[in-house]
Amino acid sequence: MGTATVAPPEHVPPGSAPAGRRPALRRDGRYAGIFLAPSLVGLALFTLFPTAMALGISLFDWPVFGERKFLGWDNYSHLLSDPVFRRVVLNTALFVLLYVPLNVVISLGLAVWLGPAIKGRQAFRVLFFIPVMTPMVANVMVWRLLFQPGGLLDSGMQTWFGIDAPNFLGSSNWAMPAIVAMSVWQGFGYNFLVFSAALDQVPQSQLESAQIDGAGPLQRFRYVTWPMITPSLFFATTMTLITSFQVFAQPFILTQGGPGVSTQTIVMYVYNQGWQFLTMGLASAAGWVLFVIIMGITAIQFFGQKRWVHYDV
Amino acid sequence: MTSDTGTTVRKVRSGVSHVLLVIVAIAFLGPLLYAVSTSLKPADEVFTPTPELFGSEIRWQNYADAFTFAPFGRYFLNSLFVAIAGTAVVVVASSLSAYAFARLRFRGREQLFVLFLGTLMVPQEVLIVPMYWLMQSLGWVDSYWALILPWAFTAFGTFLLRQFFLTVPAELEEAARVDGCGPFGSFFRIMLPLARPALAVLTVFTFISFWGSFLWPLVIINSVEDKGTVPLGLAQFIGQQGTQWNLMMAASVLAMLPTVLLVILLQKHLVRGLLVTGLGGR
Repeated sequence: MGTATVAPPEHVPPGSAPAGRRPALRRDGRYAGIFLAPSLVGLALFTLFPTAMALGISLFDWPVFGERKFLGWDNYSHLLSDPVFRRVVLNTALFVLLYVPLNVVISLGLAVWLGPAIKGRQAFRVLFFIPVMTPMVANVMVWRLLFQPGGLLDSGMQTWFGIDAPNFLGSSNWAMPAIVAMSVWQGFGYNFLVFSAALDQVPQSQLESAQIDGAGPLQRFRYVTWPMITPSLFFATTMTLITSFQVFAQPFILTQGGPGVSTQTIVMYVYNQGWQFLTMGLASAAGWVLFVIIMGITAIQFFGQKRWVHYDV
Repeated sequence: MTSDTGTTVRKVRSGVSHVLLVIVAIAFLGPLLYAVSTSLKPADEVFTPTPELFGSEIRWQNYADAFTFAPFGRYFLNSLFVAIAGTAVVVVASSLSAYAFARLRFRGREQLFVLFLGTLMVPQEVLIVPMYWLMQSLGWVDSYWALILPWAFTAFGTFLLRQFFLTVPAELEEAARVDGCGPFGSFFRIMLPLARPALAVLTVFTFISFWGSFLWPLVIINSVEDKGTVPLGLAQFIGQQGTQWNLMMAASVLAMLPTVLLVILLQKHLVRGLLVTGLGGR
């Protein structure tokens, strides 16, 4: 977010000499302390300190109760050699690879389709945004029933197409696609809103003058619309990437990571290590692996946007 | 003549487009309609060989039964209390710090703001292990404190409100300062009243993110019957033999209802809320 560069308005009292500014500054500083105190204390105690502690804990054999022992990097080397953790990373990567492109393509496609010319566009924005806001657990519960043998998908496929539906959540081939489908349904409304807000910013006059110059719909999209929406596209893709690496509730409730560990994700692994096996050190190390992945994406976003994004249009 | 066929083509195309849109909307709504429809069916008609919109009767009684089958009354009260208290802390803390970043001059302001934004990068999943340990140390495991405070200090609110405060013309405050109004006076009497729309957005979206939060309550609450929130209560059903799906769906619909109403109510401000939602979802 490049907002840190927004220049704060300087409000120098009229007629004050540079020498006269210092007392005001000091007074402001004292007030600033009071204004900032709650957030500063809260963030230090509940974010900065735990972030450092997470790294600390990951270097220990740290059971929830009982003796702690310093291990150095052993938890990390254990993770690297643990076949379950490797599988979990692969599962998460597979989820990301399926979910992010589907989400972006569907939300962008619908946003373009539902361009300014379509009546009732606002209704669609609200509609698609509903599952983004409703509690994830409630959404997933509905889909669990939907995917259940005998549920709507099963009975629908039998009635209308005469085919037996697979046991979506119990089959290692179908469980991951089922989780992805549910997640896309739940999440694309967010990006849809981002994209349709960005499309609203494209000046109609430029599209019209391109049309007069003989540009077809595809050309107009490629040369007028596209350069103007790339910042939003980039923002949305990065955010979607980051949040999809954090996927938890969908596999936790739909499949419990099964069959076997075929749909277990990194965050589920953190949860299992920490609160099923009570090995906090390992859980924290796995959490840090996730953090490093997310920092990597953020770095790519930071450097990549200079190459891909046209901010100057 | 040619312009006539042009309009006809356009009309047909727009007609087809609208029909397709209605289909998309219905497909999208399908799962939600299915939830409502199931929530009104008798228990033994949840699974039928052919899809049925309605059962042999419309059982509103399911909604009352859900509250006796599991302590959903308790869950809703807990969720409501935690979400309201958490939201209050978020709004107070972030409006204060946002004012400092937008209006007060002090040394290291830019650096501190960058640090604030930097905390946004840390995902909750990294924090839950040390946070659990912190709660153990404070004696807060299985308490309301633990549900409310740890996630009530995020930089999102500060960021959102600072952006808004920066748009308020400085002259308004200067006039007040000349009249002897200090920073507190101008914060309470000028900034906060002007910021009402931004505060409303922050309030609603923070409330919703507390309302839906799942992972943290799952790890920190042991006595679900007593301190469980709605998502925890719903998740209790997983893996139970003979799940009462109709009651489950009734409870799920009730859990969704407040958020659906808030989204519809706040529809004009959804875009501004994107920031709080997309990044702040705990």
